[in-house]
Amino acid sequence: MRFSGLKVIKEGLTGNRGWRPHWRDPDPKGAYDMVIIGGGGHGLATAYYLAKEHGITNVAVLEKGYLGGGNVGRNTTIVRANYFLPGNSEFYSHSLKLWESMEEELNFNVMHSQRGLINLFHSDGQRDAFARRGNAMVNQGDDAILLDREGVRQHLPYLDFENTRFPIYGGLYHPRGGTARHDAVAWGYARGADARDVDLIQNCAVTGIDVEQGRVTGVQTTRGAIRAKKVGVVVAGRSSQVAAMAGLRLPIESHVLQAFVTEGLKPAIDHVVSFGMGHFYISQSDKGGLVFGGDLDFYASYAARGNLPMAEHVMEAGMTLMPMIGKAKVLRSWGGIMDMTPDGSPIIDRAPVEGLYLNCGWCYGGFKAVPGSGFSFAHLMATDRHHAPAARYRLDRFATGRGLMDEEGTGAQHNLH
Amino acid sequence: MRLRCPLCGERDRREFSYKGAAVALDRPATEDWSAEWDDYLHNRANPAGETRDLWQHAAGCGAWLVVTRDTVTHAVTEVALARDAARGKGAA
Repeated sequence: MRFSGLKVIKEGLTGNRGWRPHWRDPDPKGAYDMVIIGGGGHGLATAYYLAKEHGITNVAVLEKGYLGGGNVGRNTTIVRANYFLPGNSEFYSHSLKLWESMEEELNFNVMHSQRGLINLFHSDGQRDAFARRGNAMVNQGDDAILLDREGVRQHLPYLDFENTRFPIYGGLYHPRGGTARHDAVAWGYARGADARDVDLIQNCAVTGIDVEQGRVTGVQTTRGAIRAKKVGVVVAGRSSQVAAMAGLRLPIESHVLQAFVTEGLKPAIDHVVSFGMGHFYISQSDKGGLVFGGDLDFYASYAARGNLPMAEHVMEAGMTLMPMIGKAKVLRSWGGIMDMTPDGSPIIDRAPVEGLYLNCGWCYGGFKAVPGSGFSFAHLMATDRHHAPAARYRLDRFATGRGLMDEEGTGAQHNLH
Repeated sequence: MRLRCPLCGERDRREFSYKGAAVALDRPATEDWSAEWDDYLHNRANPAGETRDLWQHAAGCGAWLVVTRDTVTHAVTEVALARDAARGKGAA
């Protein structure tokens, strides 16, 4: 079933009786060539690219809940390629290019909106750092424009430019940055994978990973044993638990990150605005809600909810930056489980168990990485070679100290990012 | 979340800063780089359930604390002085 304007009109005029489910709901088979643990954005994208780029379709995606019900189902939806360090820069550049062709390729509207992202700066030193970052982005082939104060004012006239603590000196403008409809990305990849005969198996929790003589032979699940030649673990905040089933300890701590949504308002905020010094960023959804968030709560947690001090801090930062939002009523908030690595950069690599592959450590930045991560992880699983844009996301960089990617420059230790 | 500092009593979470898993009490005996050091610095059990981690009563008495709590429910079951926890391990 293809989507088109004509189809939408026809269905609208005939009672919408022609729509069909977008994917099957199969029972698991006894064996597959490859099993992907985790039916979120990254896992579904991996399955899609395994089928499309490598012709590997005897694949199952095992999801303990429903497809796209984890972090891809609740996040602040920002898509950008404004990284600085080699390793991150080429990866997110590749991922953004995939975003830009995704809707046509998947025949699915993911509401990708390149409304522009502005990162604010508040001192001469910060301006220098942002100019350098902008140059790195341009060198990577992406777009960056350094705005002075008046340049920011033209885009964002509603900010409090005179703030005493953090006066706005300017901003780094990334026009191709923006947002996308978070669920739709998962659904689009699910639909594309299913259409290529990948089995998407829901309500199927993995309870064990079978390893014989150092080699993966399959997984145990709540819906029976499944044999597989290769197993990919793509489970975000739950990475440590699933890796432990294969006897592994990962360089990951799971932390809670909160985000908030207000009631729907008329269009007011046209961009994504990031106020790093206040730990605050915001955009407005197509429904009109203000979507905003801040920093981690900074303690290990799987509770999927945070504490009030960080909620208060985020609200204060928002009021500091744009007092006009003060009367907006917050409708809901949530806490996501973030798989934090010591250097703040992810891992796409082979595990030290033959046939087992790891895709984890996305910290609080996994959403924009969904297409790039799936593409690169599928490449790794299919060919056993690293895909060039993700070649530096190695598991052993912590042990060796080589190739650490500490984007914030705070140190490659836990609890610093 | 509120923590009961053994010296100051129950206080708001904002008075405490978090350091991470209490593995810091298990520093490897050798000074040479080894897989043991890599594991100590980087790898974590990262449990979904009971965990022990280090906090400092930074905006209070400054004491380092070992907090036993549940990462799924945020329930805090024990707060002990890190000094006592370390002595309990024979590290004094």
